[in-house]
Parts: sequence; C-alpha cells; structure tokens
Amino acid sequence: MAKKLDIRHFPGFLPITYLCLFLLYAPLIIVMIYSFNDSNSITNWGGLSLRWYEDVFWGIESQKFKKAALNSLLIAVAAAISSTSIATMAATAMLRAGKFRGKSIGFALINLPLMVPEIVTAVALLVFFSMIGFTTGYMTILVAHIVFCIPFAYLPIAARMQSIEEVYEQAALDLYATRFQAFRLILLPLMTPGIISGFLLAFIISLDDFIITNFVKGAGIETLPTAIFGAVKQGIKPNIMAISTLLLLVSVVFVTLSYLVGRMGQNKK
Amino acid sequence: MTDIAIDIQKMTKLYGSFVALRDVSLSIMDNEFFTLLGPSGCGKTTLLRTIAGFEDITKGAIRLYGEDIADLPPNKRPINTVFQQYALFPHMNVTDNVKFGLLRLGQDNATANARVGEVLELVQLTSFADRLPAQLSGGQQQRVALARALAPNPKVLLLDEPLSALDLKLRQAVRLELQQIQHETGITFIFVTHDQEEALTMSDRIAVIADGQLQQVGTAREIYEAPSNKFVAGFIGETNLIDVTVTDVSKGQATCTLPNGVAFNCPASDGARTGVGHLSVRPERVTMTSPAKGLLQGTASRQVYLGTDMHVEVTLDDQEVVTVRVQSSENNHVPAIGEVVGLNFEAGAARLLAD
Repeated sequence: MAKKLDIRHFPGFLPITYLCLFLLYAPLIIVMIYSFNDSNSITNWGGLSLRWYEDVFWGIESQKFKKAALNSLLIAVAAAISSTSIATMAATAMLRAGKFRGKSIGFALINLPLMVPEIVTAVALLVFFSMIGFTTGYMTILVAHIVFCIPFAYLPIAARMQSIEEVYEQAALDLYATRFQAFRLILLPLMTPGIISGFLLAFIISLDDFIITNFVKGAGIETLPTAIFGAVKQGIKPNIMAISTLLLLVSVVFVTLSYLVGRMGQNKK
Repeated sequence: MTDIAIDIQKMTKLYGSFVALRDVSLSIMDNEFFTLLGPSGCGKTTLLRTIAGFEDITKGAIRLYGEDIADLPPNKRPINTVFQQYALFPHMNVTDNVKFGLLRLGQDNATANARVGEVLELVQLTSFADRLPAQLSGGQQQRVALARALAPNPKVLLLDEPLSALDLKLRQAVRLELQQIQHETGITFIFVTHDQEEALTMSDRIAVIADGQLQQVGTAREIYEAPSNKFVAGFIGETNLIDVTVTDVSKGQATCTLPNGVAFNCPASDGARTGVGHLSVRPERVTMTSPAKGLLQGTASRQVYLGTDMHVEVTLDDQEVVTVRVQSSENNHVPAIGEVVGLNFEAGAARLLAD
C-alpha cells in the first residue's frame, strides 16, 4: 500500500523505459557483437573471431579506409581548433561585454545551427560554395565543419564562463592588470576545462558528420563516414560493423572525456 | 601637498532613471580609517566602486590627492580593494595571489617576493604561502585578500564589507587587527559596512548613507551623541523619539513643549525647524524617579532582560513608549509593570532632530 501513496512512484513507466532502451541500444549492441563474427554473412553467427578487424586494418579495402580516417582526423582537429577559438571569443563577448545592441540576436544566431535541419545547411552550403565559385575539396569540408561545430563548442565554454564570477577579473584590474592580462591570466585559466570540453565535443561532431560532408566534399575525397556510406551502398560486409564499432568507441571515449573535463573544477571553489 | 586623500565633489550616479548616489560631497583625510555606513542598498558599495573605478560617475568630480581620477580605469588608480567575497584567484597559491599586483606594476621577481614575504608576515600567514585559496579557512582567505591589496602599497585601501562572511568571534579579532594594520601602514582605509558596531569601534570618522544620500559625517561620538536626523539617530544605536512641539530654534538651541505640556530647552541639529519635531534621547540617558520629580510621567508596561542591562518600557499618557536602560544591579529599583513612574533626562542628553 505504501507504494501507492508514494508520489515518487510512477506505475507503468518501467516497461516504457525498457522499450526505449531496447530500441536505442539493441541495434548498436548487435552491430558490436556481429563485428566479432567469423562468418562472411552479416546475419548468421559463425563463431568468435577478429578477422573483420584484421580486414579493416590490413584487408583489400584498408587503404581506402585508412585514407578516409586520416582525412576525418585532420579535418576534425583543424575544425575543432578553429571553432573552439571562435566560440571562446564569442562567449567572451556574449558574457563579458555587458549589454550591447544585438546581443540577443547574436545569442540566437550562435545557437541557431543546432536547430536548422542538417540537410538544409548542407544544401545551402553547397549552393553557396558553387555560387562564389569555391571548388569543393578539403577546404569546403573544413569551412563547413568549422561553422557547424561553433555552437557545440560554444555551449560548454559559455556554461563554464557563466559560472566564473566577474569579480575575479575586477580584482585583476584592481591589481593593475590590463584588460588583456585579466583575460589571459585569470579568465582563460579558469575557463580551461570548458574550453577543453568544447574542443572535444567539436572534434567528435566533426569526426562523425555525414550529411553536410557528403554534400560539400569534392569528388574523390572521402571522410570515414562517407567512406562507410559508400561501402554500404555496395552491400553491407561485416568489416563495416568492425569500423562502426571502432568509430563508436572513439565517440564514446571523447564524449565521456568532454563531460568529465567539463565537470572538473566545477565544485572547486 | 594636501591632506585630503579622496575628495568627492557633488557626485551623482544614475542607473537609468534610478538614483544610486545623489549629490555626494565628501573629503576623506590622509591616513584616516574612514567608514561608509548604511543599510543594504543605500549606495555605500556604489560609492566605493566609483572610488575603485568599477563604476563611472554621472556627475561631479573625484580627486585623489588633488588629481582628478574620474576618467582613470581601475588599473591606473593607485587604489586597491579587499572584495566582500575576497575574489582570491582560485588557480594561484597565496604567494602568486599576493604577487599578482606587484608583477603588474613591473617589479622584478626578487623584489616582489621580498614584498610578499613582508605582507604575509604582517597578516601572519607566512606558513601558508604555498596553499591554494580553497585550502584556507574563511578567516585566512580574508587575510590573504588583505595582504594582496596591501602589497602594492596603495595610496588608499578600500574594504567592501570584508568581515561579513566571518563568524562573530573571528570578526571581533579581525577588527582589532585591521585597526592595527591601518596604524602600522599609514594607508588611508575606506571601509564599507552595514554593521553599526563595526563602524563605531573601528573608525576615525564615519559617513552615514541612506537612499543614496549622505546623512551625516563625523566621529563615532559625534554621530552617536549628536545625530543630525531621525534616520541617523535610529540607525546608530537605539534611541527614543519623543514627539514635541517646537516653539523656537536659534543658534543650535531649541525651545520645545513636551507631550505633557512641560517646556524644555535642548540642543538642536542643523535644519531643525519649529512646529512638530522629534526629540532623540538614548535609553541609557533616561533615569526613573518618582512621578512628581519627573519631566515626563508614564506607566511601566514591559521589562526586557538583556543580561548586563534591562530595558524598561514606559508608556506615556499619549501612548508613546519610552525605553529606559537600567543596569542589572541589586541596587537599581526596577518598577513593576503597572507602576507609575517619572522620567528624567538632562538637556544635554536630548537633541531635537531635523527630519
């Protein structure tokens, strides 16, 4: 009877929870399990093996995937560095410049890309690049990635800066620091966890992106997600499951790191 | 060379249409322990921040030893601040916190280190030099904040309610320490507080502020014994305000009629006028006597035991209540509730207030 009176008890929610969890994670778990399949088929279990991982690194298609992975990595690093720098400056302006004209519009514009359907951004960028006569290639992918990574980098950076009281910078100014010194010696070190967190998030968003990349990449240039898509179009082979599992692992590690770093120092006051 | 450290002339500070400070003129002397006292939201912190340079002023002038500093940013003013929440840089240890200002002034590392040693000794924190702020107690953090602000040897030190986060015992100890440090360093201190006891015990002079306006400036004694208006009389210590009819005010003396019709002469504040007025008499300056010998008559209506003292509330015929402070002693007669008593006070103990 006690349970019925307990307002923290929600009858019937447990099965819904299980259903959601099942739909979300069962496919991922199946892909992970079948990446260790010894069989050539993607549906029949043929015993435990690492042969498809071997195939990814040393098989016929390995050169193609390695090149795509390297492209993804270089673009993700460059895009994350650029977007994190821009997001840090944007956050400083939004949170430290007091009230200025267009502040709320600025805030909306920074975060709007999170709400614009990715396919729309992709088409728009492709049209834009061809209008200004920008040949598609590495640069178009990089520019596009920098742009859509900014809001992702901005969120943890702004959250961190918001938790840093302005009185620290005032104390620095009071102690004869110039405004730039107050930023470099006080605000920036205190914001480091937020910046690292933003960098990691931007990195993984860039690494995983498919839709926009697929539109703006030049002929012959592949990133890991577009290479996987290309391979799947010719029929799913078990090596795709191995690559997907590896990519998933990298994503989970980075997102977890981003979360942990973002939380770091949060309760140190 | 002038003896005035900070000279504020007709300063007004507006936030939009809100008047934070109205027409404040104030001179703070060299080597003075000066306190800005007022209730929260009265503008005392705003005044401090305009001196530090964190707020610009809407109108008026502000001078530091004769030099106009109104347009100087905070990092160009030889003035340092002890912030209310200390604002110690959390990622730097005690030494680096204290050294921060010295390095920004261009001192070399050796000179700065020597100075850090000096001020840490002054605040008795030498053995904590390598700790991070988070590893210090509130009292220790407060002393680091003080050391950091003193290290560059500012011309004026601003203290924004630095004791409010400490517990009572510690607060009393730090008060004495602050006074001593001010004495040793000879730096002009401007101290902001809402605690009247803090203000009375530490300051050379006090400015009482309310509603963005200066109410009175004077020594603790002047402010306590000769409050200029009702606000000051009520904010600093306890007082009785007795309604009187003022028939004449001249040369600081007033002639008035007490509620029971008795004529009374006493000192008057500047700005006191004839008509209905208020007489301020401190509870400890009122004595009780037999009804016939009293200036006023009333009935004892309440007793409040306070330890060292006792408050007896006496209700006058016109329902006004006058509080009398009686020392707790076996020799002092405390009237029973309902007993009719006479109240006496000397002319010098009463003061006609400006409204």
